[in-house]
Amino acid sequence: MEPILEFIDVCFSYHSTNGETPALSGISLSVKPGEFIAIVGPSGCGKTTLLSLISGLLLPESGEIRLLGKVQGTSGANIGYMLQKDHLFEWRTVYDNVLLGLEIRHGLNQQTKAQVNSMLDTYGLSAFKNSPPSALSGGMRQRAALIRTLALEPDILLLDEPFSALDYQTRLEVGDDIGSILRKEGKTAILVTHDLAEAITLADRVVILSNRPARIKKILPLHFDEAFDSPLKRRSAPCFSEYFDEIWKELKSNG
Amino acid sequence: MDKSLSAAQARFLKARSRHHHLILAGQILLFFLFVGIWEFTARVGILNDFIFSSPSRMAVCFIQMTKDFSIFTHIGITLAETVGSFFLVMALSLATAMLLWAVPSLAELLEPYLVMLNSLPKSALAPVLIVWLGNNVKTIVVAAISVAVFGSMMTLHTGFKNSDPDKAKLIYTLGGNKRNVLFKVLIPSSIPLIINNMKVNIGLCLVGVIIGEFLAADQGLGYLIIYGSQVFKMDLVMMSIVILCILSMGLYRLISMLEKRVNRQ
Repeated sequence: MEPILEFIDVCFSYHSTNGETPALSGISLSVKPGEFIAIVGPSGCGKTTLLSLISGLLLPESGEIRLLGKVQGTSGANIGYMLQKDHLFEWRTVYDNVLLGLEIRHGLNQQTKAQVNSMLDTYGLSAFKNSPPSALSGGMRQRAALIRTLALEPDILLLDEPFSALDYQTRLEVGDDIGSILRKEGKTAILVTHDLAEAITLADRVVILSNRPARIKKILPLHFDEAFDSPLKRRSAPCFSEYFDEIWKELKSNG
Repeated sequence: MDKSLSAAQARFLKARSRHHHLILAGQILLFFLFVGIWEFTARVGILNDFIFSSPSRMAVCFIQMTKDFSIFTHIGITLAETVGSFFLVMALSLATAMLLWAVPSLAELLEPYLVMLNSLPKSALAPVLIVWLGNNVKTIVVAAISVAVFGSMMTLHTGFKNSDPDKAKLIYTLGGNKRNVLFKVLIPSSIPLIINNMKVNIGLCLVGVIIGEFLAADQGLGYLIIYGSQVFKMDLVMMSIVILCILSMGLYRLISMLEKRVNRQ
């Protein structure tokens, strides 16, 4: 199958008057449609930079990013991006927040509205449609943010530690929730996280980055038996801790 | 709902409302005390009421001026000039703040000049304005605008600049542009800032209008004050100042009411 996303020897540095900070060096990676990739690495190593490059908010200094077989910027690929915080606007109702992306892209019509409504139904938010976001719990807010992103029907979904602001219990629930939603919708997703367990429970492959400037140290494919097909079940699989140890060792090793 | 109140909660609510009533009663008492002492000391000759006037003399002066309706014309003109320049200040400073936010290089370029214009004492401009614009209402309105507009621009621009960059990033990730950031994030999130800025501006506009009327008017409360002091009619001067007090408080209250309305939504 043709890759939906390709990194070809991508480098990136940040510039300031205090000097140059190399963030990424020689990143090459290819992602197949429908794949769920998790990216882990030491904090500050450039994980978020990677997502900003895919979304086109930043441009690579050298190398190339290809989406749907074409260079980023000309591909017309539709990219959804979930940020660390939900950023639901308090001056809009939950419903108007969820429609924000469609509103900006002038995609509001009967069909897209019906679709959003059915997503609100499916994910248990329809009772809060006309409430302000402050009426929602942390997990519900994150689900609303996901619907806001999915409403645009992205080809690729970028997730930047979307669960890190939640308390532990909610985090497990929402992780399970959102993981299942994405599998069901067959979305290609790229998750940045510093939580190794989260990476293992959600992903098909885990990409391990080095210290700054980040290179890819290792790409670890995950295989779970069919009995462990949801994120929560994966935690109790025997190979869970093997994968955990393997990633942990890789992160700790120097170089 | 009332029945479910615990005794402690009821006591708390009662104590609070008692407190509010006491403060209000105190405020009213303070007013009558001030007026009473002023009137009394003027009557018995401790204060010279030719220089200090007195509440009763001010009242007489006011009633006389209501007979030919002239006082209402003066109040109306000052009010219209203030409200007019206030709207112009808000429009000008909002537009400029948006432009400076949209073009950061322009903001950098103009920064020292805005700082200079903001700290310049605007009363120094008034004589220049008379020469340029003439002895008329244009001078008054421009004087009022010049008092408020530069500070307002800078406050709003700083507020826009300090808005959460991640919210802007969200708009970009949803495929939006700078215009979307402005209208979907910046303006709605800056409503409290804009209202606070309005509260400051309405007061400053009144200051500017009075400065203008001192120099270039034959009507308005500022004119009455300067005219009254020149012909030594202190009743007229004091009465105009009292009316100004009431006017400025009323205008401020109007904006507070607007604020409450916005917050309720």
